Amino acid sequence: MRRLLERVGFALAVLVLVSPAALVFLWMLSLSLKTELDNTAWPPVFIPDPPVLENFAAVFARNDFLLYTWNSVVVSFSATALAILIGVPAGYGIAKMRATRAAMVILIARITPGLSYLIPLFLLFQWLGLTGTLVPIVVTHLVITVPIVVWVMIGFFEGLPGELEEAALVDGATIWQAFRHVAFPLARPGITVAVILSFIFSWNNFIFAVVLAGRETRTLPVAVNNMLTFEQISWGPLAAAALLVTLPVLLLTLLAQKQIIAGLTTGGVKGG
Amino acid sequence: MGHPAAALPGGAAAAAGAGRRRNYARRYGWFIVPAGVVVLGVILFPWAFTLFMSVHDWKVGGGRLYVGFENYRKLFTDERFLWSVVRTLYFTALAVVLPMLFGTAAALVFNRRFPLRGLARTVFILPMMATPVAVALVWTMMFHPQLGVLNWLLTQVGLPPSMWVYDASTVIPTLVIVEVWHWTPLVMLIVLGGLASLPVDPYEAAKIDGASAWQAFRHITLPLLMPFIVVALIIRTIDALKAFDTIYVITQGGPGTSSETINIFLYLQGFAYYNMGYASAVVVVFFALIVSLAALLLWTRNRVRNA
Repeated sequence: MRRLLERVGFALAVLVLVSPAALVFLWMLSLSLKTELDNTAWPPVFIPDPPVLENFAAVFARNDFLLYTWNSVVVSFSATALAILIGVPAGYGIAKMRATRAAMVILIARITPGLSYLIPLFLLFQWLGLTGTLVPIVVTHLVITVPIVVWVMIGFFEGLPGELEEAALVDGATIWQAFRHVAFPLARPGITVAVILSFIFSWNNFIFAVVLAGRETRTLPVAVNNMLTFEQISWGPLAAAALLVTLPVLLLTLLAQKQIIAGLTTGGVKGG
Repeated sequence: MGHPAAALPGGAAAAAGAGRRRNYARRYGWFIVPAGVVVLGVILFPWAFTLFMSVHDWKVGGGRLYVGFENYRKLFTDERFLWSVVRTLYFTALAVVLPMLFGTAAALVFNRRFPLRGLARTVFILPMMATPVAVALVWTMMFHPQLGVLNWLLTQVGLPPSMWVYDASTVIPTLVIVEVWHWTPLVMLIVLGGLASLPVDPYEAAKIDGASAWQAFRHITLPLLMPFIVVALIIRTIDALKAFDTIYVITQGGPGTSSETINIFLYLQGFAYYNMGYASAVVVVFFALIVSLAALLLWTRNRVRNA
């Protein structure tokens, strides 16, 4: 009897923990599938009956949603690829040299508010005449993606046994070859974690694009925020747009939860 | 820095003494150069340039004028700024303590084995991965005083409806709700990582000595978990101080200025009024505040550890 009570109590605790997360996303889904009439009904309508897709159609009809999606894809992929290209060797170098001071710089970058980079960079990009292109947005996103990649990779390379590379060096390989052909292939799982995390935090980022993006270069979060300002009352399309923006990230989280959890617990990395 | 192509014979490297090894290690410096250039360009240059701008009166399109510490003097007498500091500290206190409590409790739950644990844990961490702007939009709709689902829930359980973010007295606690929802999972993950690393032996010893579950938690789990809790605490404090996306999307600092935190104030000065010099001074003070709070927490941890 006591065991049963304990089990019921525990199940309730799990339910209480999980439901705020689940309910907000379900409510987002519900809002996006209801007609305008149902969305402003009182008491609220919970289950869309019948579910309609007109809100999603409205999102694509009324905005350059495809253009903004393309912008987001270009920015997140470029910022992640560049970060991997320069961040993986850097993580390797820092781990090998035990360069704690270099690691500290990365850490301080993590705690600096994003806005503080923006004032100088905004002026710089204006001076270089790059405003109105995606270049400034990609470059500023490196502020997020590079520290994430370096941080994850330092942790990963420190955990790798060095014997294999040493054997390669003994056989006359250069340190670049030892990295390229021995350490790099071994580091695949770590790189996967770094790619996923840096992609997600770049995709989610709002602060850099809200300042730097022009009409043609908005990323999805900025575009969705603009919809809020102009369409206060029409909730259906708003919720549909919000869902479309965050859906790729949610799916990625569901698919790669193991890697994400491993990456986040080692460093508590998060863009910002 | 050595040249990577001029490799030492491997055997010599492996057998090298301490001085030689340092030399050898230095050659890995080349690996850091590309990242170093990026860090210099997008991180260190902005820091230096911000310091430079903060001692100028600098308006976009209006030229600049050296004014010494005038921006800082003005800042410390600017009531709007001082209130933003107070609000930030109020917001941070709530947005740190609550996620720490809930996150630690959640970690203890998720550390046990139960059916569907993997799924439950994934759903639990979804909020922290979701796009903040998208999430903020949904919360904005839920907070609507007339049509929002939250007021309907309140009336269902017999409570009076709230104005949520539309009233100066409730706006900050309401924004804290969103922040707690958003970031409790990060605390949970860090503490869960700590729980996974705990040794088993002390618990067996305690069991033999007849300790209760609460005693075991209080005297074994909690002390061993402390380093992880402190890491979570520091990360949470920094993130709460920096909170921007959800506040900006939901209230933009309003109603009036009643949810204008330092970060929102900074945004408005820089990119709504284009007072770049003044905004740079805000950045410097804000950064000093973040670093000193983080340092204070680290220092407390070291003291606790040495005591």
